[in-house]
Amino acid sequence: MVPFAGWDMPVEYSGIVNEHMAVRTKAGLFDVSHMGEIELAGKDALAALQKIATNDVAKLAVGQAQYSALTTPEGTFVDDLIVYRQAGDHYLVVVNAGDIEAKYKWIVEHTRDAGDVAVVNSSSRYALLAVQGPAAKGIVQTLTSVDLGAIRYYWFAHGEVAGVRSIISRTGYTGEDGFEIFVPPQSADKVWTTILEAGADAGIVPVGLGARDTLRLEAGMHLSGQDIDATTTVLEADLEWIVGWKKGEFIGRSALEGQKAAGLRRKLVGFEMTAPGIARHGYAAYAPGGEGIVTSGTQTPFLKKAIGLAYLPIEANAIGSEFEIDIRGRRTPARVVPAKFYKRPRQEKS
Amino acid sequence: MYPPDYRYTKDHEWISVSGSIGRVGVTDYAQQQLGDVVFVELPEVGRAVTQGQSCGTIESVKAVSELYSPVSGTVVETNTSVTAKPESVNGDPHGAWLMRIELSNPTELDSLLSSEQYAALVK
Repeated sequence: MVPFAGWDMPVEYSGIVNEHMAVRTKAGLFDVSHMGEIELAGKDALAALQKIATNDVAKLAVGQAQYSALTTPEGTFVDDLIVYRQAGDHYLVVVNAGDIEAKYKWIVEHTRDAGDVAVVNSSSRYALLAVQGPAAKGIVQTLTSVDLGAIRYYWFAHGEVAGVRSIISRTGYTGEDGFEIFVPPQSADKVWTTILEAGADAGIVPVGLGARDTLRLEAGMHLSGQDIDATTTVLEADLEWIVGWKKGEFIGRSALEGQKAAGLRRKLVGFEMTAPGIARHGYAAYAPGGEGIVTSGTQTPFLKKAIGLAYLPIEANAIGSEFEIDIRGRRTPARVVPAKFYKRPRQEKS
Repeated sequence: MYPPDYRYTKDHEWISVSGSIGRVGVTDYAQQQLGDVVFVELPEVGRAVTQGQSCGTIESVKAVSELYSPVSGTVVETNTSVTAKPESVNGDPHGAWLMRIELSNPTELDSLLSSEQYAALVK
């Protein structure tokens, strides 16, 4: 167990490689109850969210979810988040574990003038379990009468899982198909155990923080506080796709517009090492256009390559560009590659 | 658990000496603490190493750790089958030797731990 944002979390249960491979080939079960849940409700809830989140919340139908970011006036990150439209005027946002209370207060502060909206920190009312991997859907389907095949990617439904009322969301942080299941904390043990039992024959294993990190990195997903933070803008993080340019004002908009017009000086890219060595968080990068910094790096269990994410000067950002990373005093060659290192094989539509 | 004919360091290396040559590896306890080993970097053959000094690195998915030489001497061989298959450190820690060192000062072995002492250290 390691302390993580005030929670005691296992880094690994059966080993990072074993857990990582299980999620890629069978299924894994994650306890991600440390994530924060904040609800916004009222007739101006949409207007409030439009102001604080970068993505265009008006695009969400009831039952749909959206990846987005809370930004500073400079267009840098307060956090990334997922917005769920629960009902016409009721949204649930899921933020990262680090200092949820501060983020709650930030949201309250920045929606004070938004009109009729109540903001509630509901984090203690939800436990969150994630079932991820090619066998995830089959396993969860044995425990619910909700037709999981009818829930599309980034949509969710309300229903019972293992006899417990749940929000069943087809989302995840692994690059695999799967579900994130919100349950009342007092029932989390029961749902956890029931899923492990139901998935035993399919090879499900519990997965800790270690493999959660290697899986998300292989899938090219960002880690808040590490790849994206108050020093990096949404555009630098290569997340322009979550900027709702067509909507109105939001915090950070003018800074991001200015940065877009002036042109980016640096951007987050994927890389792989081209000589033996593993780059890690914080290592310096040396590219033709200047210095950069590695924000995530590991040897990935599935692809069996040393990969990572780094901010590099814009001149060095083209796929195939060569640069060097200082690995404990030795400059080691690396190459820019698409950040989505792993793409799951296409499965039949379901 | 810990072979009685090996000697051990407090930094969790082992050495098995035959004549003037010692084979060096890391212990079962070390591999458990590291987790899945994915990269092993060893000194070049011919390099002089000093007892207690870093001479390589062992990386698992989650961490980087230094390899300290249990004795002083000259590296005469490195195990390329382990650098090619780092997971063998997890699978057979007391068999997967990393390098062979020609000892320059065999009396240094007296400062190392016996298997009982090492087992007590990591208990």
